Amino acid sequence: MTTSTVTAPVPAKTSGKSAGPDPARQRLRRRLAQWGFVAPAVVFMLLFFGYPLVRNIVMSFQHYTPKTFFTGEAPFNGADNWSSVFQDVLFGQALWHTLVFTAGSLLGQFCVGLALAVFFNRRFPLGGVLRSLILLPWLVPMVVSGIVWRRILDQDTGVLNTFLDTLGLGGHTPWLTSPDMALLSVILVNIWIGIPFNMVILYGGLQEIPRELYEAASLDGASAWRTFRSITLPMLKPVITVVLVLGFMSTVKILDLILALTDGGPADATQTLGTLTYQNSFVELDFGAGAVVGNVLILISAVFAVFYLRANRTEGK
Amino acid sequence: MAAHTPTASRRRWGSTVAGVLILGVMLFPLYWMLNTALQPESGLLQVDPVPSGVDLSGFSKALSDQGGHLLTSLLVSFGAVAVCLAISAPAAYGLARFGLRGSRTIVFGTLITQMVPGIVIANALYNSYVDLGLVNSYFGLMLADASLGIPFSIVLMRSFMVSIPGEVIEAAEIDGAGPVRVFLRVVLPMSRNSLITSGLFAFLFSWSDFMFALTLNTTDDVKPITLGIYQYIGAHVGDWGSVMAASVLSAVPAAILLVLAQKYIAAGISGGSVK
Repeated sequence: MTTSTVTAPVPAKTSGKSAGPDPARQRLRRRLAQWGFVAPAVVFMLLFFGYPLVRNIVMSFQHYTPKTFFTGEAPFNGADNWSSVFQDVLFGQALWHTLVFTAGSLLGQFCVGLALAVFFNRRFPLGGVLRSLILLPWLVPMVVSGIVWRRILDQDTGVLNTFLDTLGLGGHTPWLTSPDMALLSVILVNIWIGIPFNMVILYGGLQEIPRELYEAASLDGASAWRTFRSITLPMLKPVITVVLVLGFMSTVKILDLILALTDGGPADATQTLGTLTYQNSFVELDFGAGAVVGNVLILISAVFAVFYLRANRTEGK
Repeated sequence: MAAHTPTASRRRWGSTVAGVLILGVMLFPLYWMLNTALQPESGLLQVDPVPSGVDLSGFSKALSDQGGHLLTSLLVSFGAVAVCLAISAPAAYGLARFGLRGSRTIVFGTLITQMVPGIVIANALYNSYVDLGLVNSYFGLMLADASLGIPFSIVLMRSFMVSIPGEVIEAAEIDGAGPVRVFLRVVLPMSRNSLITSGLFAFLFSWSDFMFALTLNTTDDVKPITLGIYQYIGAHVGDWGSVMAASVLSAVPAAILLVLAQKYIAAGISGGSVK
């Protein structure tokens, strides 16, 4: 792929001079036409991904106020935004919540997703239909899932507490309204949202493992757990990496779900770097502070990406 | 094989029962959404496990309050799909076949874009949109929503187009077709499946978008259904019936696509992630 040669038909040398136009010019025109296919996408991605990255760095050194959008003035203020964000207790809390949220969500989604993938990898009647229907929660807009769960988790009239009450298991848990419970509840809902995605990708990976390996293992009398550890997990490793990396990227920046469930509350108990960026910029109209938090978010993703790429490379060697 | 013995068969059906139970737990919240929507009179009270009758007043209220937002979502999503495919299909072909210098960098950059948090993009984009007059516009939201699908579509279609045999394209070139003609007449028809998968996902991404809708709109002019429902709970705290009815309506496209286009969805989830 690195050095694939151009497949342009070589013009016949004798007739080239008299009949056709200059071959060098022709090749140039051809190259330009080829770039015409790729250029719009490159420009679009530069505008919608490259430019915001640069602009956020610049913005983090500018002083934005609600007036900025009338006057158009956002003077540079040195590192003021950075120092005020870092001195704010809320930033540390949001950072911690983000890490807990991401780690908890990934752990739960992955374990349940893997268990379900292994379960559905067995052949049984209606297995295919059931497996595809499980995707439904993943396809519903996340903000809508969040709102549905908000109703389910309502302390007084939500169905979860009603159900627990019927079983005699308390039933007055303030899932979303207690600062001690809210983050856990948000993580649990996010696990529910992520299970289908994890399951489908891991299931695809399981399907790729040759059946003969399992047949050989069963001939050797290996136990189910031994087979899982010695065949399934090692063979699945590349897919597991992909699932976890994609999961990390989408979880660390979460916004929709938390706004729908708790709006970052109660008492900032579910405030993450994503919601804090939103709140700084779009609620308090301090885009400079928002940009600072956003840059930290990017930095976390970038560090993670570097580790991932490095791990990939050493593995390839 | 052993599968034909009665015990093995019973065990297989046992798996089916377990599978149904798992599905029941996973889909329960969606059932509850529908159930609550059908009991609009319950308000803030407890909801019965099964609706006692079919009361569609929640749906009619949701439709009259949110119908316009559903149309906005449809319009914006179709626009985003059009922009996304028009930009990513040629790029995918160019990156798959032409061996241009920098192709690898571009593909790598495409993968990296998925790492950029949306709220960071919105943070910068809002300011540019203000300058360009694109805030509160359909076109502005379409462009932003298209950005959700473009990297995915390029990666997915490129990995398919790489596998188109070179002879097919060379044959068309020998017949005198230029690159654009080859792309439109030969490559696109052959890539039909990956094109459909990309389009479907671009639609779903755009339909589910909440963040750009929330940040790039300051008035009620352009309000997709996700934003509509979010603001609905703020204003109608006691009216869960119609909030849930609106939620059900917003989930309809996903349900339809899952039934009609299941194979494309499965292909997209695995194809787009395992590059």
